[in-house]
Amino acid sequence: MFKTLIVILLSSVFVNNYVLSRFLGICPFLGVSKKLNQAVGMGVSVTAVMLLATAVTWPIQYLILDRLGLGYMQSIVFILVIAALVQMLETVIKKFSPALHAGLGVYLPLITTNCAVLGVAINNITDGYNFLESMVSSLGCGLGFLLAMVLFSGLRSRIDESEVPGPFKGLAVTLIAASFISLAFMGLAGIVDTIFK
Amino acid sequence: MSKNNNCMSVLTNGIIKENPVFILILGTCPTLATTNNVVGAFGMGIAALAVLFCSNILISLLRHIIPDSVRIPCYIVIIAGFVTIVQMLVQAFFPELYKMLGVYLALITVNCIILGRAEMFASKNSVIRSGLDGLGMGIGFTLALTAMATIREVFGSASFAGISIPFLENYKIEFLVKAPGGMLVYGLLIALVYALTHGKAPMKKSFSCATCPSAAYCNTAACKKEEEGDK
Repeated sequence: MFKTLIVILLSSVFVNNYVLSRFLGICPFLGVSKKLNQAVGMGVSVTAVMLLATAVTWPIQYLILDRLGLGYMQSIVFILVIAALVQMLETVIKKFSPALHAGLGVYLPLITTNCAVLGVAINNITDGYNFLESMVSSLGCGLGFLLAMVLFSGLRSRIDESEVPGPFKGLAVTLIAASFISLAFMGLAGIVDTIFK
Repeated sequence: MSKNNNCMSVLTNGIIKENPVFILILGTCPTLATTNNVVGAFGMGIAALAVLFCSNILISLLRHIIPDSVRIPCYIVIIAGFVTIVQMLVQAFFPELYKMLGVYLALITVNCIILGRAEMFASKNSVIRSGLDGLGMGIGFTLALTAMATIREVFGSASFAGISIPFLENYKIEFLVKAPGGMLVYGLLIALVYALTHGKAPMKKSFSCATCPSAAYCNTAACKKEEEGDK
């Protein structure tokens, strides 16, 4: 049991990294990774929202949608629930902890339509995880996102200082750099299976 | 006559001048994820085209009814509804494609192209123009995805749409069909488009990023303003 959870956690951080191997959440990955503190803020917010979204959408799927035979309403219900959750979370944080809001709150509205969050919620259902496994997998995906953001922000500050040929300036060189990080993560592909089997 | 020209330009705008993938740089997630083979990329493009066309028309029809303050949630519900319909149709008639696209089909809901066009175009223009815009953008998206998938599949797995190309069999660059290859090819293509247009491509400028999830922090004009405000 414990072993399964560890495998899920490690493989969602390193092997099936949401950004680098499944291509979810590319927009914030390319957009908010310019500075380290922004990258960390975005990563932590995404992790929190992923956990919260899974904690809410998993019961909704199994206790409401499946029982009423409304499984096909998944996309509509999930996106609305996530959007409402994010708005509520922002209001609550603003009220109770203005300092935290100044640090993380600014990223929250941007997460509403982040495909990684909806992707995690849907994938947990498709993979047939139970509640605990779903929560661990969301945590892993969030941490994986954070890791990718932090690594990439370091790389980007190096790119900013180097001279890039004309047409490659801006997004093109950023994507190519992201490709190299993704290549590094490919090397970790077999690692989880090897350790635990 | 001039009205016809106008409609034509709305249609072709999305295909070349404001191609959503290479010029506006929208919908990057499906672009990277589904282009490792031509069939999946083409299917993804057509699915997005259908949703974009229908949602643009419906949102344009309802543009005077939807209250301004809750417009984004309304758009999301409309888009999610069409995505569900498309999902069910694909599952029923193209089960293999459904398996191939997996979660990315459901994620058309949060594709910034569709929400972006709803916000920037359909909510301000007539039904016909919005429909044409949706069609143009959808065709542009499909063509771009197919072009990128062709490069990746031909050089990566020596085949085109599943038909193998014998003389490339020994020169496969398998890395291209894997995740890093997607980013590399996309980066190179963006650079190519930029070089071919001598930097004259509008490069997002004609498009506000009001609806993009990371709008405030990305490279576009509106966001640069925000950054300067920070300093």
